[in-house]
Amino acid sequence: MFYIHCPYCCEYREEEEFHAKGQAHIARPADPDQCSDEEWGTYLYFRKNPRGLHHEIWVHAIGCRKFFNVTRDTQTYEIKETYKMGEQPKVTSVSDTLETEEAAQ
Amino acid sequence: MTQINRLSSGGRIDRETPIRFVFNGRHYGGYRGDTLASALLANGVKVVGRSFKYGRPRGIVAAGAEEPNAIFQLGAEESTQVPNVRATQQEIFEGLVSRPTSGWPGLGFDLMGAAGKLFGRMLPPGFYYKTFMFPQSFWEVYEKYIRKAAGLGRSPRVPDADIYDHLNQHTDVLVVGAGPAGLSAALAAARTGARVILADEQAEPGGSLLYSRDLIDGEAPDRWLHNTLTELAGYEHVQVLTRATVNGYHDHNFLTIHERRSDHLSDRAPEGQARQRMHRVRAHWVVLATGAHERPLVFGHNDLPGCMLASAVSTYIRQYGVVPGRRLVLMTTNDYGYRTAFDWQDSGHEVVAVVDTRQNPEGPYQEEARARGLTLMRGCAVIEAKGGQQVTGAVIAPIDADGGRVTGATRVLACDTLASSGGWSPAVHLSCHTGSRPVWRDDIIGFVPGETVQRQLVAGAVDGTYSLAGCLREGLRAGVEAAVKAGYPSVPTAAPKVNELTEGEAMALFCVPHLKRTSRAPKQFVDFQTDVTAAAIELATREGFESIEHVKRYTAMGFGTDQGKLGNINGMAIAARSMNKTIPETGTTVFRPNYTPVTFGAIAGRHCDELFDPKRYTAMHPWHVEHGAKFEDVGQWKRPWYYPKPGETMQQALDRECRATRESIGILDASTLGKIDIQGKDAREFLGRVYTNAWAKLAVGKCRYGLMCGEDGMVFDDGVTSCLGEQHFLMTTTSGGAARVLEWLEFYHQTEWPELEVYFNTVTDHWATMSIAGPNSRKLLAELCDDIDLDRDAFRFMDWRQGTVAGVPARVFRISFTGELSFEINVQANYGLYVWEKLFEHGAKYNLTPYGTETMHILRAEKGFIIAGQDTDGAVHPYDLGMSWAVKEDKPFSFIGKRGMKRADCVREDRKQLVGLKTRNPKVVLPEGAQAVNDPNQPKPMTMLGHVTSSYYSANLGRSIAMGLIRDGFNRMGDTVYYPQTDGSVIEAEICSPIFLDPKGERQNV
Repeated sequence: MFYIHCPYCCEYREEEEFHAKGQAHIARPADPDQCSDEEWGTYLYFRKNPRGLHHEIWVHAIGCRKFFNVTRDTQTYEIKETYKMGEQPKVTSVSDTLETEEAAQ
Repeated sequence: MTQINRLSSGGRIDRETPIRFVFNGRHYGGYRGDTLASALLANGVKVVGRSFKYGRPRGIVAAGAEEPNAIFQLGAEESTQVPNVRATQQEIFEGLVSRPTSGWPGLGFDLMGAAGKLFGRMLPPGFYYKTFMFPQSFWEVYEKYIRKAAGLGRSPRVPDADIYDHLNQHTDVLVVGAGPAGLSAALAAARTGARVILADEQAEPGGSLLYSRDLIDGEAPDRWLHNTLTELAGYEHVQVLTRATVNGYHDHNFLTIHERRSDHLSDRAPEGQARQRMHRVRAHWVVLATGAHERPLVFGHNDLPGCMLASAVSTYIRQYGVVPGRRLVLMTTNDYGYRTAFDWQDSGHEVVAVVDTRQNPEGPYQEEARARGLTLMRGCAVIEAKGGQQVTGAVIAPIDADGGRVTGATRVLACDTLASSGGWSPAVHLSCHTGSRPVWRDDIIGFVPGETVQRQLVAGAVDGTYSLAGCLREGLRAGVEAAVKAGYPSVPTAAPKVNELTEGEAMALFCVPHLKRTSRAPKQFVDFQTDVTAAAIELATREGFESIEHVKRYTAMGFGTDQGKLGNINGMAIAARSMNKTIPETGTTVFRPNYTPVTFGAIAGRHCDELFDPKRYTAMHPWHVEHGAKFEDVGQWKRPWYYPKPGETMQQALDRECRATRESIGILDASTLGKIDIQGKDAREFLGRVYTNAWAKLAVGKCRYGLMCGEDGMVFDDGVTSCLGEQHFLMTTTSGGAARVLEWLEFYHQTEWPELEVYFNTVTDHWATMSIAGPNSRKLLAELCDDIDLDRDAFRFMDWRQGTVAGVPARVFRISFTGELSFEINVQANYGLYVWEKLFEHGAKYNLTPYGTETMHILRAEKGFIIAGQDTDGAVHPYDLGMSWAVKEDKPFSFIGKRGMKRADCVREDRKQLVGLKTRNPKVVLPEGAQAVNDPNQPKPMTMLGHVTSSYYSANLGRSIAMGLIRDGFNRMGDTVYYPQTDGSVIEAEICSPIFLDPKGERQNV
């Protein structure tokens, strides 16, 4: 069971309070009506399924109800960082580690 | 029977407290401190079960969690039955009742033993797949007997009589295992001030110290053990848990500890006490000091009762004062095994021979053996055990240096106990749980924990350190390191001084050679619990199963409740040898939680019965109960389903409720509808983006029905939203969809349109909602409400008004889900029951009739109103529902679902569309889910057109009505379709408009 740092509550909480909402950083096309069927289909249905680093959205469902981003290793289940909506990930390769991770604990 | 094998002194048992218990219907005696296994051995019980596949007699092999044979069913009553309990870990108490889980038809009556001999050829590896699959229809017959004969235990047939609980904990350092390494680690960590949990599966902490021959600081280890435990007990920040097995190591250092709090005291837990507790621990750092399991040696008939692990024999002698026999033959590949011969001799019994598989072992152990006058046979092995129901002798032969073959003549030595030591396998199980693969070390002939991403340290035998001095040293190091990493200052602790003999090099031997080749030799068992032999593993590799995971699945090695703790390494080594590979090349299978079986009670904790899942009741619930309502679950809500009068059938009740509503007035408790309060200056804009229709011009005091779609254009919820103020709206959702819709709104607001100023909150439980419907509803409302002008032109359909009803502040909505003149009265939930009762006080003269969800469904179906999730299934867009009126395509913002509805597939003409269906025979009600076809005589598979989504008998119309999806349905009005039934009959139906009643909507506009 994961131990997840909510970037809004600024606390670690048990996975039971959260749930996952799929791949992060997929912006809704600015003008959907101008998208081809293929472009719309790609936006709607095509998702990465990487072995390794994955940026995904979680929601603190039984907490602050905020959505946020998680960088997670799908192989080891390590959570490398969590960050607010609209922010960019600091960890973008498996070898990256955040110095603050240890401190945050 | 008396305790013939009990020594007159020694052991850690309490001889002042004799205990009587029952095994397999017979009474036995033991002492407090005995396990079931030690007590049975003390009583001379050799056979404790029969094997899974061959039905061979089996005895106690081990003294701990790794025991494969002595797996018992416990419990004196039906409600206290516990299956799969290891006799080696169950302490006895007065009145304990146990029986073997295996052994049908009985321990003495050897039916399966004979069958095993007769049908042994029928039971090769993969026997499930090969033999019992054909003819397939026979599997049910086979399965019943295989399962019964296999003895997997059984669950109780009545509810568990005991309570169980969970305890959530955080700790700085969790030390797993209270052997010398774990105790040292806990001590070192505790001295830094770190919060420490030390958990051990045994009744008493100490691990190998409880039976060790070594000395600490010049004394038996008892003194050091006592001092250490006393010091730990003095720290408030330290918990020492005994009878507490760390069963699972999960992600992010989350571990579960299964603590058995009263299983050692009585059949049922003392009143008010939890029998078992599951500790759910989030540990900052973990020290694994889980020790190692001794490997038995694999030789012919090595499963005969009397064949035991060497260390287990020592444990029984030194910890329990029980010597399992009179004459011992010991076979060992290493010096440590010699200790068992010394212990046996010290107990006053005969050591027939020490058979060392190494050619020229020489060192302090051999010196001591010689000094004791023991017969030492070097370069030899026991290639086969002799005996029928138990060991009576050992066949011994010289073997070559690498243990590949027998090199000389055999001789038979008479004995009743055959102990073997093939070295040690570190208990790497927990480290595997999080996905770390163990690593082979040639120098210790075993796998140790591999790299891990967990905050985990290892110490002692689990890391391949087998000497006592090494374990103590490593434990101290790991304890300090864990505490420092958890943020505590280092406090040095000196290791005590240890006197132990130095061990020489061990020999890697995983299968003792026989005169005959493996496939012809007497059965050499690798996994006792699943009856896997060396020959079976070789056969599997010959049949092409090269991956060790496949060998495991094909042979069932390691599939027992013991997860192959004893046999796996031997099995992998045999597979490797058979494929001419090294052990690291072959690799190992990994272990999964749980380390030992866990009861369902401990998993469930208090989450059972009333506490299993929340139940939600409306404010009017007591009234519904009092008036005989039948209830239906809608999500977690308990909703009235219908209100039968005495003697009424369900259909009679529904007919009555439906008629009363259309003829006079009915009332529905609609409180469960999801209600979301939406505020903010951009609330209106937001609504326009998430609903398919227009919201820009909805005035204060007005309501509007909306359809909510996904980006794919498919309907997923619907409801009425009312404008409470310029920047304030109240959205209603389906009862089951409320949480999902709220999250959907939040998702789009937070991730896509954070620039919009809008806030959402759930207010479902704040309001009690009662919907009155029928021609007399205005009259009734007028009697209780004098501050709202109820005139048809002043308070129009799809308006809402603030006022008071029965003197209670209320929001009244003139909306209708029945097609009748209808008002939905919302009051603060605490007043709900009061207002509801007031309505009935005044409603009696109008025959005010309460109706439930079923009548609600019928009434709305008469009008062709959809229920999202029943008439839609995630592949239906608004146009498929004939609801184009609810889609406003020219809104400036491309609302959710708009683009999706325009995909090529969504604009096809011949999509499945929602239509009405009238059965040819008006009395026949179509089953929901029935599939439509054009030609019921078409050969199968028939072309299916769509399914029935809603179907009822309508008393108001005097016939059945239904809605369903039909391919190209809008263009097929008046056509006949057919619904073939499972019984072979066919129901004929005509496609029609789904609006069966009042198509012009005149009834609600009065």
